[in-house]
Amino acid sequence: MVTSKKTALAHSITTVILTFLGALWVVPILWTMYQSLRPYGEVLKYGSFSVAKTLNFQNYYTAIVQSEMWRYFINAVVVAVPAVLLTLFLASMVAFVVSRYSFAFNIPLLMLFTAGNLLPAQLVFIPLYRIYLAIPVPHFINENGVLYDTQLGLILIHVAFQMGFATFVLSNYMKTIPKEISESALVDGASVWVHYSKIMLPLLRPALASLGVLMTTWIYNDFFWSVALLKTGNKRPITAALNNLQGEFFKDYNLLAAGATLAFIPTLIVFFALRRQFVAGLTLGSTKG
Amino acid sequence: MSTTRTDLTTATGAKAPRRRRRRSNFTKKDRAVLFGLVGLPTVLHVLFVWIPAILTVLLSFTFWDGIGGVKNIHWAGFQNYSQIFSLYEAFPKALRNNALWLGFFAFVPTPLGILLAYFIDKNLKGSKFYQTAFYLPMVLSLAVTGIVWDYVFRTNGLVNSILGDTNSESAISWFGDPHKNIWVVLGIASWRHIGYVMLLYLAGMKAVDPSLHEAAGIDGASDWYTFRKVVFPSLRPVNVIIIVVTVIDSLRAFDLVFIINRGRNGLELLGVLVYENIFGESSRIGWGAALATMLFLMSIIPIMVYLYQTFKADE
Repeated sequence: MVTSKKTALAHSITTVILTFLGALWVVPILWTMYQSLRPYGEVLKYGSFSVAKTLNFQNYYTAIVQSEMWRYFINAVVVAVPAVLLTLFLASMVAFVVSRYSFAFNIPLLMLFTAGNLLPAQLVFIPLYRIYLAIPVPHFINENGVLYDTQLGLILIHVAFQMGFATFVLSNYMKTIPKEISESALVDGASVWVHYSKIMLPLLRPALASLGVLMTTWIYNDFFWSVALLKTGNKRPITAALNNLQGEFFKDYNLLAAGATLAFIPTLIVFFALRRQFVAGLTLGSTKG
Repeated sequence: MSTTRTDLTTATGAKAPRRRRRRSNFTKKDRAVLFGLVGLPTVLHVLFVWIPAILTVLLSFTFWDGIGGVKNIHWAGFQNYSQIFSLYEAFPKALRNNALWLGFFAFVPTPLGILLAYFIDKNLKGSKFYQTAFYLPMVLSLAVTGIVWDYVFRTNGLVNSILGDTNSESAISWFGDPHKNIWVVLGIASWRHIGYVMLLYLAGMKAVDPSLHEAAGIDGASDWYTFRKVVFPSLRPVNVIIIVVTVIDSLRAFDLVFIINRGRNGLELLGVLVYENIFGESSRIGWGAALATMLFLMSIIPIMVYLYQTFKADE
């Protein structure tokens, strides 16, 4: 291939434009982080757009210790970890059956799951809210004795919803695993359970990892369900808790900047550490089919 | 992707004759296990997603203040709908904003994301950096996104500082002005959407057979021409998915405006109105359900398109 002067010039222009755009893209994030390191008093005096005289982690200390933000991180873990594990487990079961056996219900079932995942949450939550108010739970789970306003209820709806997406992705993935592997197992007389748990599940590991990373981020980032199904502020995971913190930190915007930064730092770490899984998870669900 | 397709068809084609033999081989225990593997997840999904969805549609034809039990539900026919259309002031605003959201997304961030994917795919030097930058907003929650951008657009924020007026009396109120705020929000939402479209497109472009590119190159076609005439048409499945994602995201929009001002004063959206009718000062379940049903009716078309696109190869 011959690279002419014209294409070389076009290439450098694109590089410049893309670099500029890329830099522009991260400005809001960096700007918020910058504000989070400054004391509010100084910003009041010199304005937010000024060279910092003081840069420290005081706001972070205040947010975590005095405002007890650590509590919301624990809530996030308590909700996201069981929800993701349960979703992956249940979805892999359905995906296994529909991709390894040919039953008449396979395609309709997959369609049901896939369409369910695409329904607007607003359509589901009105009766769900009433149902949650009517389902009794033991008092050690909720002192009011109902499923509403419990983290268990939040976990269940995440599982029910995300399962649709996970089943679809996992069944697509499983279809790419050669049939011969299953056949040799069946010749050896493996039962359905052994076929699923000992043969297929280990082969699913890469897809489970990608999906796990993606769904942890989604559930961690969920706002709607946590706000709708958890009334008590102290029970809310960090993303939804920002809604209360916004009110609490109303008078100190730099403290809120620290709170917001704390909320997004875990997702940034996950993204940088497991970027490949994250991207793979997103594309697995959309471009295959 | 084309290889996956053919694999699938041959696999299903070869499977048919084997089926009868295998089914008769199921022991009682195997049958029970199969039943459990499919049954348990399906029951959970139907119970928590589909049944509430159907109940919402039914509730939209009733009056219920939500205070009394189920006994206080009265048949209303289409009255909730006619009331919403004639009495509910926020409804036309929300409808307009959702339509605006959809139109804007379709014509601005979606093509921009495709364009970025095209340039990044071509320009490999430093592409890691831009890709990372454009993907970043996707990992932030919409709630965090709202807060982060508040520092950019608030009265004494970055934009007004650059414009040189941060006085609370005279400076531009980007979120407070009902004629401006929806545009600001659309810009912020695009910040996220562009990266998503780009990601889907880049993945799709990697799957395009390189020999297509080469053939076009030998014929002396320009890059842009090749993209338009060869790559773009071969990415039809990705295009359909992007359209579906764009429509559904525009209908579902909630978090961003809710964290900014609870979806009021120019930022009304259907998704927020549903919430307000259930948790707001006056609880009007019928109105909320009717609004949610309208959202549902609008989502049916993209959902059907998606299902058709996804499952037609398997049939």
